[in-house]
Parts: sequence; C-alpha cells; structure tokens
Amino acid sequence: MTRVMAQVGMVMNLDKCIGCHTCSVTCKQTWTNRRGVEYVWFNNVETRPGQGYPRRYEDQEQWKGGWERTKRGKLRLRSGSRFRRLASIFSNPKLPGLDDYYEPWTYDYDTLISSPPMDTVPVARPKSMITGKDMEIRWGANWDDDLGGTAENGHKDPMLKGIEDQVSFEFEKAFMFYLPRICEHCLNPSCVASCPSGAMYKRSEDGIVLVDQDMCRGWRMCVSGCPYKKVYFNHRTGKAEKCTLCYPRIEVGQPTVCSETCVGRLRYLGLFLYDADKVLAAASVENEQDLYEAQLDLLLDPNDPAVIEQARKDGIADDWIEAAQKSPVYALAKTYKLALPLHPEYRTMPMVWYIPPLSPVVDALANTGHDAEDKGNLFAAIEAMRIPIGYLANLMTAGDVSVVDGVLRRLAAMRAYMRDINLGRDPDESIAEAVGLTGEQVYEMYRLLAIAKYEHRYVIPAAHREAAEALEESPGCSLDYDGGPGMQGASAERKGPIPVSIESFHLTKQRALADDHASLPEAGGER
Amino acid sequence: MTATQTFLWVVLPYVVTVAFAVGMFWRYRYDKYGWTTRSSQMYESRLLRIGSPLFHFGILMALGGHVLGLVVPEGWTEKVGISEHTYHVAAVGFGVIAAVMVVSGLSILIYRRRTVGRVFTVTTRMDKVMYVLLGSVVLLGVFNTVAINLLNITGAYPGGYNYRESVAVWFRSLFVFSPDASGMVLAPPSFQLHAVAAMLLFAFIPFTRLVHIFSAPVGYLSRPYLVYRSRDPRGSARAPRRGWEKIDS
Repeated sequence: MTRVMAQVGMVMNLDKCIGCHTCSVTCKQTWTNRRGVEYVWFNNVETRPGQGYPRRYEDQEQWKGGWERTKRGKLRLRSGSRFRRLASIFSNPKLPGLDDYYEPWTYDYDTLISSPPMDTVPVARPKSMITGKDMEIRWGANWDDDLGGTAENGHKDPMLKGIEDQVSFEFEKAFMFYLPRICEHCLNPSCVASCPSGAMYKRSEDGIVLVDQDMCRGWRMCVSGCPYKKVYFNHRTGKAEKCTLCYPRIEVGQPTVCSETCVGRLRYLGLFLYDADKVLAAASVENEQDLYEAQLDLLLDPNDPAVIEQARKDGIADDWIEAAQKSPVYALAKTYKLALPLHPEYRTMPMVWYIPPLSPVVDALANTGHDAEDKGNLFAAIEAMRIPIGYLANLMTAGDVSVVDGVLRRLAAMRAYMRDINLGRDPDESIAEAVGLTGEQVYEMYRLLAIAKYEHRYVIPAAHREAAEALEESPGCSLDYDGGPGMQGASAERKGPIPVSIESFHLTKQRALADDHASLPEAGGER
Repeated sequence: MTATQTFLWVVLPYVVTVAFAVGMFWRYRYDKYGWTTRSSQMYESRLLRIGSPLFHFGILMALGGHVLGLVVPEGWTEKVGISEHTYHVAAVGFGVIAAVMVVSGLSILIYRRRTVGRVFTVTTRMDKVMYVLLGSVVLLGVFNTVAINLLNITGAYPGGYNYRESVAVWFRSLFVFSPDASGMVLAPPSFQLHAVAAMLLFAFIPFTRLVHIFSAPVGYLSRPYLVYRSRDPRGSARAPRRGWEKIDS
C-alpha cells in the first residue's frame, strides 16, 4: 500500500551557476541579518573542489552526520543509538565550533569619518562581532572562492578521497564549478531524528523541515545530526535555526528568495509526489550506490491514475496534483534523469537535486582547440576526463561514475543536437538516439533547461485553493478564523491556515510577468 | 522556636515553593522562546567537553543521593536490612565521588566562563547570580559531606551527622503541611546554611537558564525518529487551549 505525500523540491542546474553569490546575499538579507546568526548562511555557494562551509563538513568520519546502515540492515543515526546521544547531551562531541565556520566581523568604519587630519590614511580595523574586540581575519564563509588558496588547502576537500593524487591544482589543469547549497528538506531528515526535544518537524503538506522555536531547548543535536551542516545554532538565542525554504513565500505560490533572485536562473521549484511508506526501506538499501535509484523509485508518477486516486485519498488537493504533473523538478529528476541528489550516501533522501555541470568537460575541450559542440568530441572527452567525473560521482552518486556519465552524455547530446537546429540545419536524430532519447525529448529538455520562463521554472501551488481568497492582500482580521473571536467577520466561511505572508500572490505574479512598466499593477490597487 | 527559626524552616519553604511555581508558570507561559540551555559550546568546546559532563553527571548523582537521603525514611532502609552504618558509608562514599565531580566540573566551567572572552561577553547578570547561588549550595553541601560526615573536623559528630533523623524529617513534613522543624533547629549550622541556600536557588530557578533542568528530553527514547506536523497550528500538533476548541471537533 502506498501513502502519497507531497514534497516541494528544488533542482539546480550547475552549468548555469556563475558563482555570483546573489542567492546567498539576498537570503542573508531576508533571513539571517540579525545578531546571533551573523555566521549563518542558509544559502551558500561553494567552489568545488573546495572545503565547503563549514570547513570539511562532508567528512562524516569526523562529523558523524546522517544515517548509517547497521550490519543487520537497520537504519541508525551515524552518531550512535538514542541512548548514546542522550548520554552525550551535556557536551555534544561532534558540534562544529565557531572557528569551523568563521568568526564574523565588521569594520570600525567610524575611524574613517572621525579621524583627525593625519599624514596617513586612517584604517578601518576589523572588529569581531562576537567579542567586539580587534581581530585578525583568518577564515570566512567563502575563503576558497574560485579556488583561492587551493595550492595550500585544496587537498583538504574530503571529496578528493581516492583521487587526490590525480587532481592537479595547477592553473592550466584545474577544473572547478560552483555548488550553491540550501537545506535539502530531506525525506528522511537526520536532524529531525536527532532532536531530543521533538522540536524539529517535517510539514506533512509540503515536506518543508522546520524548527519550532518555542520547543527548541538548544541541545544542538540537530546541528551535528545534519550531514550537510545546514542547521545552525543561534548563539544569542540558544536555539537552532535553518533554511525554511522561504515557506511564507511558498505558501502563497512564490519561489524562494534564492530562486527568485538567481541571476543565472538555474533554480527550479516544483512538487514531488512520493510514497511515504517506502522511505525507510529506500534509505536502508545495502549498497550505497543503489541509493540514487532507490530515491528515484520513491517518486511517484503524477500522471498515473492509480497514483492520482491514492493522492486524493490521502488528502492532496487537485490543484496540487495538477502542479505535480507540471513539476519541472519531477521532469528533471525522473523523466530526463538529469538531476542527481547531493550525497545520497548520507541516506537522508535529500530533495534538492543538482544537474552536474558539463562545463569542466566543455572548457577543457575548448582550451585544446577542439570543437566543443561536436558530439564525437564531447562523448570522447566525457570518456577521457575521468577526474572531474569521478569527483562529481563522489558528490552525487556515492561514487558511481556510470550515472554521472549518463547525465553528461545526455547534456552533451542536447548541446550537439541543438547546434544543428540553431544553425538552421536538419537535426541529426542519431545524436538523440545515441543517448536513448528521441529528438522531441531532447528538444523538450532544451526548452526546460535553456529557455523555460518564470512560470515554468517555478510551479508552486498556493497553500490551499479554499484559502486562496485569504492569500490576497489585506486578508482581513487574523482573528476571523473558524471559532475565533472575529469569526463573524467578512471571511468567516474561509477554512485553512492564516498565511504568514500577506503579499499578494497575484500581484507579484503580474509584476514578475509584466512585459513593460506600464502594465505593472498599482501597489494595493486592483487585482 | 524563635521568630527567625520559624521564618526559615516554616515560612520560607512555602514562600520559595510559591515563587518557584508561579515563576515556572510565568516563564513557560510567556517566555518559551527563552527556554533553552543557552549553550556556549560553539564558542569554546575543549574545556566544556571536560567540565560540563563532570558537573552534570556529578550533580545528577548528588540529586539521586538527596532523594535517597531526604525522601526515603530511615525506617524503610532499616527494614530492608541496610543499617545506619552501611547507609552512612555508602552515602559518604558516593557523596565524595559526586562532590569531586561537581566541584571540579563547576570550577572548570566557571574558569572557562571568566577567561574565554567569547563566553564571558554573553554572560548575563542573571547567570552571575545563578553561579553565586549554585556555587554556595554546592560548596556548603560538599563541606557537609567531606568536612562533617567524612572527616568530622568539628569533632561534634563522630561517625557522621545523621541528617536523616532531623533534616529529612523536616523536609518530608513540609509536604504534608505540618512542618516539623524541631530537628532542623538543632542541625549543624553548615547544614542549615545549605538548606537556606538551596531554597534561595529554587526560588531563582525560573528566572535563570536552569529551567533547562525541567526539559530533560527523556521522551526522546520512545518517540518515532521522524516528526511530521501539519502546517495548520490549529490542526494537529498542539491541543487547542481550553475554551478555544473548535466547535466541530
């Protein structure tokens, strides 16, 4: 028997990431621009190869994050039994310290203004935002951006294990790409399982993983439990905080801030329907390299009549089923099998997927003077360039090179196939066939990856259709809910939750889709 | 009994209980967001990794000892064949172990709090009050165990002071609302001071970070790993407050 649940998922197309950090900055301005979370980046962009943030977070030998499979085939948190974790509650043995992140700082800008006339230029000295004292800046959230300092630190990337002797950090031979990271909103979240207070939860409607700030007691087990280190400890409030997938925006049908502001338009948001009863079994498969397939198998086909029927039975609204059918993330992950999960070997079933970048291959090819859009050249290069592909496999398939190979070949085929079309030549169907696709499928893939518009990249159903009226601007009195003191108010018949955001979904949609300034809706005007 | 004695052993315990109960209710009702351990492990881990478990496991041992010594009447242990001497040896033995753990742990923690700049900057005034109170309770308790019951430095109680005939009787009598302070009045001054300091500490607990004692997450051992909650706060997770239930449910 299946139990259908909905999950808001994200796919990032790494080929398009230019490493501009706009997502990180806008996220920070929105969510973590406060005391106690100065060092917190719900969204960060890492240059890979690189150590990541916090430093070497992927080395689970050290941090013991995520799950492990016991010899008897049971799933257990890597940090040990429940009893063992409770016994270590007085000092978390695996908690990253501030120095594993970095000591946040500001500058003493005042000296620049208030300095008396001097022979030398006054200097704004760095001041610690923790102690307020002078400090020396030794590390930051992005210290190894664009391979900076890799001559010294490059070998510290945990994902180079096994291929470290082959990877060169010499300028001519180096490869790199950017990896933007947010919370994975896993189907099998180890942070939730680690929380002694039961303050962390997965929302049953949309799968967003959140921390109840009233119930959190600051035991810090979620921070060490998350293998992606995407739960952070607010050192002022003593509570855990994490990426919320901008749920106030998602609830009204808007994309997350990181997606909305992404310059490269590389992010896709949409629904997955999955079988909640099979998550544990999928996360427990013996061979780590089978986890990707197991995760794919969890995703249900939203066009399958049996799935639709069961989804309705399980209380998923029709507009959500419809959104799942149009979901770009389902298409990229399951239909075209282009998107891969980040570190399936952590067994958390992460729901932010990545399309591995073809660019290291293309760049290397172009640098040698070869035609980097030729099918033969590209396929040969994928065949030859084992190091970037091995590295990508360590990141996304627990080391299974063949899966990454397949994705890159499909991307390469699309590149070669579309070139003919762009140059006005007849498309070569053999290119599509070589990767097991039809020309039509390749073209659809191209549309989704290259030219998809806002409403095709972000297919987010607003909370509940019944509540749609309430999601308009000025939703009336917040006490108007059923049984509330203001229930006789205008919208007394409305059911469902009170939205966190009162910004109008439709207004923003019009604003985002408007062709010119004149057709922009007036703020607070008609809708 | 003098007025002071009546105040200390009859009035004060109930005043403290009321302050504690009202304080805890107020804190839970209005400051759930502030209800946390306020851990400083992020700032400094090396000293904490030694000091914190030492202190906490020591204080849990001490708590267990107090439950045995104060709540269980002497007659009961004698009935199951534990003589006063056996009890005393065990109590002093485990007491000394707990004392060493608590004192060393707390010393490391206080040293850390004062000397590590990051930790010191986040120390509140209430933390300092709490440290003074907790420190005095601990030191007086250790003095009672080590100096009076183990070493008998005053010479007044060879073989140890039997608090189970005085302090424990008084403690239990408070719960049946007929305070019997006759033994308490005659107890050694250090025992009296320990009791008074402990009462003050209890009155302060609701207003300090010590509230985390009451969120010991024992439920974690039995709950399912994953927690699902509905988006609607009035839907599932929390029961509606009394008088605010939905009409149709």
